[in-house]
Amino acid sequence: MEILRVEHINKSFEDTSVLKDINFSLNKSEVLSIIGSSGSGKTTLLRCINFLEKPDSGIIRVNGDIIFDGENDEYLKEENIRRNRLHFGLVFQSFNLFPQYTALENVMLAKQLQAKKRPDYKENKKQILADIETHAKGLLDQMGLSDRMENYPHQLSGGQQQRVAIARALALEPDILCFDEPTSALDPELTGEILKVMKELADCKMTMIIVTHEMNFARDVSDKVIFMDDGIVCEEGTPDEVFLNPKQERTRQFLKNYQS
Amino acid sequence: MSLFFEQFPIVVNSLNTGFLQTLKLFALTLLGAIPLGLLICFGSMSKILPVKGFFKLLIWLVRGTPLMIQLLIIYYFPGLVLNNPIWGGGEGGRFVASAVAFIINYACYFSEIYRAGIQAIPQGQDEAGLVLGMSRSEIFFKVKLLQMIKRIVPPMSNEVLTLVKDTSLARIIALQEIIWAGQSFLKGSQGISGAIWPLFFTAVYYLVFNGILTVLLSRLEKKLDFFR
Ligand SMILES: Nc1ncnc2c1ncn2[C@@H]1O[C@H](COP(=O)(O)OP(=O)(O)O)[C@@H](O)[C@H]1O
Ligand SMILES: [Mg+2]
Repeated sequence: MEILRVEHINKSFEDTSVLKDINFSLNKSEVLSIIGSSGSGKTTLLRCINFLEKPDSGIIRVNGDIIFDGENDEYLKEENIRRNRLHFGLVFQSFNLFPQYTALENVMLAKQLQAKKRPDYKENKKQILADIETHAKGLLDQMGLSDRMENYPHQLSGGQQQRVAIARALALEPDILCFDEPTSALDPELTGEILKVMKELADCKMTMIIVTHEMNFARDVSDKVIFMDDGIVCEEGTPDEVFLNPKQERTRQFLKNYQS
Repeated sequence: MSLFFEQFPIVVNSLNTGFLQTLKLFALTLLGAIPLGLLICFGSMSKILPVKGFFKLLIWLVRGTPLMIQLLIIYYFPGLVLNNPIWGGGEGGRFVASAVAFIINYACYFSEIYRAGIQAIPQGQDEAGLVLGMSRSEIFFKVKLLQMIKRIVPPMSNEVLTLVKDTSLARIIALQEIIWAGQSFLKGSQGISGAIWPLFFTAVYYLVFNGILTVLLSRLEKKLDFFR
């Protein structure tokens, strides 16, 4: 079942065109990996999907419903953006944890703020907050961080911080979880622990879009791979198609740099 | 020597009264300037150009002129130029006028410290909040405010210690703060005249009070050490 459809997305900064007519779709419970050299527009694409950048034109649909249409300003209203972006979660290259909160608090914060707007919040406050905490603890547990919940970000390794960030994104139960080079800021010996939890999420049928330079991981975990080059989708297919039989010369050139 | 011991209780009594006025001006200035500074800070960062322009101009005017002149203008301008003495006479009126001048002046300095503090917070904090569905105000109050406070405590501490000493400028409109009280014994008051030591002795009050503040502020700084 198709969960995401991105159509004709264009994005320029001043007069440099960074995304040029991007089209792709993604089925529920599938993993899409986006590969491509630095500067090809991968981050910008993820940021557009998460409403951190406004595409100049194009349409984004989730479950068939339009959530962004460059022709219609209705979708740019703050309350619509805030609602629609909750379809997505985003894990950043640089974690971006909130430094003044413990791991557990980082995971709970957004949910707690949402809960305050519930009509029954005053009545059932205790129960609601307890449920949020239980859920958050479960997620941290799933990330292998049961003994790190009370630690502040600066007391955690990069790999642990990134796992907290993943739990934080999962806490809002997004339909699609996006990762922007989640291991690029980590020491090589720490990338494994992140890839492992991402693999586990894929096994649990989490729908994910992963921008990565970890080619072996992408091959292993993805249902679909997109190779971006200079703001266009240059090649698209199953991992075997893209990694073993690339049709485009530029894909071959790019992959060559990752072999040996 | 015995003369000194006779004078001492009288002088201290007077200085205490003056220092109480100093403390009131100090406390009221902080109480007013800390939130007003935030407002001016947001104004100076506004995307609406006239708003931004207005607050930038205000900051430039206030930071570019001596506080003493601002005190004189705020105190005398309504009465002498506009024929509308809004401050009322006497010590009460002088106090209100001083407080207004100090609050505006310090709010402008604070606003620039706040601005630097906010701008030093990485963009990623905003973006993390946004993708978690938080509103701009939730992001400010729940994510950025404490990080900003942590960053501004050292420069704010400097301003606060300066404020303690700056309150003495209110003497220019004859506010009866501690320097005024000390000086009164030079001209003659309560049977003491020509005594310079009370004026010098006011320094002890400033030193002790600033000492206490330094301790409190460094405690606050330590308290915020739990995160980076
Ligand atoms: N905010 C911005 N302003 C101007 N140019 C930008 C901005 N963000 C990205 N770019 C440019 O867009 C291009 C694509 O960047 P990016 O999406 O970060 O690529 P990637 O993630 O694939 O490395 C780059 O040339 C980059 O310099
Ligand atoms: Mg990037």
